[in-house]
Amino acid sequence: MLVGLAVDLMRCAGRALRPWRPEKPYLRARTISHLAWVGADSLAIVSVIAACVGIILSLQAAIQLEKVGAMSYVANLVGFSLVTELGPLLTCLILSGRAGAAFTAEIATMRISEEIDALAVMGIDPVRFLVWPKFVAMAVMAPLLTIWADAVGITAGGIFSSLVLGLSGKVYFNQIAYFLGFKDLLSGLVKSAGFGVAITVISCWQGFLAREGAADVGRRTTAAVVQSIFVMILLDLFFTALNYIFR
Amino acid sequence: MSGRLESPDIALSDVSVGYGERTVLSGVTTVLPGGKVSVILGGSGCGKSTLLRNIIGLVPIQGGRIVLGGHDMAEIAEAERLDIRRRMGVLFQDGALLGSLRLGENIALPLREHTELTDSLIEEIVRLKLKLVGLADFMDYFPSELSGGMRKRAGLARAMALDPAVLLCDEPTSGLDPITAADMDQLILELRATFDMTIVVVTHDLESLYAIADHVVVLSAGRMLFQGPLARLSASDDPFIQQFLARQPSRESRILGGSWSAMVDSRRESAVGRG
Ligand SMILES: Nc1ncnc2c1ncn2[C@@H]1O[C@H](COP(=O)(O)OP(=O)(O)OP(=O)(O)O)[C@@H](O)[C@H]1O
Ligand SMILES: [Mg+2]
Repeated sequence: MLVGLAVDLMRCAGRALRPWRPEKPYLRARTISHLAWVGADSLAIVSVIAACVGIILSLQAAIQLEKVGAMSYVANLVGFSLVTELGPLLTCLILSGRAGAAFTAEIATMRISEEIDALAVMGIDPVRFLVWPKFVAMAVMAPLLTIWADAVGITAGGIFSSLVLGLSGKVYFNQIAYFLGFKDLLSGLVKSAGFGVAITVISCWQGFLAREGAADVGRRTTAAVVQSIFVMILLDLFFTALNYIFR
Repeated sequence: MSGRLESPDIALSDVSVGYGERTVLSGVTTVLPGGKVSVILGGSGCGKSTLLRNIIGLVPIQGGRIVLGGHDMAEIAEAERLDIRRRMGVLFQDGALLGSLRLGENIALPLREHTELTDSLIEEIVRLKLKLVGLADFMDYFPSELSGGMRKRAGLARAMALDPAVLLCDEPTSGLDPITAADMDQLILELRATFDMTIVVVTHDLESLYAIADHVVVLSAGRMLFQGPLARLSASDDPFIQQFLARQPSRESRILGGSWSAMVDSRRESAVGRG
């Protein structure tokens, strides 16, 4: 079932990528509305959490770096932790709880009320109709939201450092610009795209597994969120190890 | 008749259906005649919806053959099967409208997928189909804003969107008030008369059985008890059919553990005693 879903998604990707026969307009419209929804749905909470984490990181860095008189390195720690690790992870944790859970609930409900059967009878591939737009939306929006979270977190950390820790803003942002490489940013974005894809596949798969009764919708949703988080941490470990080997 | 997809016959021979290891129904042999209304009758949970799902091809049959207009559904290629399925309209038990789309969009969906019609033409067709089921004013409503009966009628409008050759309805009248149910029956008869469709209706509503059926299949306890024209049904001497048609409770009533029959008997006796 999970393998079947992956194969179907690859088929959808193949279909979406052939320029000589573009997708039906109504399917393209669905993808666009999913993109907008996933982005808008999580933007506010991602911003708030990223700002808080930026401040937390700068405080914690300050406690350690004060001792060795290297306060300007607060910027390095905040920037590096956010961009390579916490930005992608926190953004996608939120996405799994909001978008992912919504995906599972939607598909599970449709399964139970025979809506998926109805799609199949109408000759509309449920994976292309339901999963593909979510897949595209998450693969695109997870990295974009991550960039946004990185920016908000770094900025919040910088403002906090200059207001409270007495580190000049100029030094902070110079330090960021000098030490944070494009490679760091890229590794974070690859992670978040991977997380986004994993969340979508797991959430939709759990939705399709739903059987009878409304209680199953709740069970499947919980399972989807827990499994998404678990798989994300495993993927994180994998990506970070890769990053270390090829540093 | 072979290859014809205008009002095709649906021939079932020794069909058995079920889920996984479990067989729900076996030994179903009948021809649901083209251009007529066939009614599949049977108690709750006897496998009517399952049989319908097998005819549609949503669930693979466990044994036997289903031949639709000369095409053996198990032997034809996937592309041809999709083609045939496109000529089928299905009304699911609860309408199965997509909850995230407005009514008009629901009915436009098959048109958008399978035709290259312009938006304004599609809207025109949608309006027409909704008018057919008396829901022309509800195009912009979400399914959750409609009553159960309205959802069923809307499901019928969607099933009719591509002018199918075969229409399959799962309990179109259950849960409707008698007037709306009669309207639904009327609609089915009109569809048969106007479009010469092959119509299969699953039901346990006796009123609509007598109103619409040309051909009847009775299912019970995992097998087929009767198949044939409506006129022959009442002549059947099968006790289950007699009981079903007379709306009598079963002796060992599953619901009240037999106490229902006992209660009816005692009421009858006391009434007789008084009289
Ligand atoms: N998806 C499924 N997986 C496994 N078993 C199922 C499934 N759907 C139905 N069944 C079983 O198949 C049997 C027949 O179910 P079906 O829905 O076909 O009955 P029905 O005749 O349509 O009943 P009703 O009149 O109540 O709609 C039931 O015993 C049910 O438990
Ligand atoms: Mg049923």
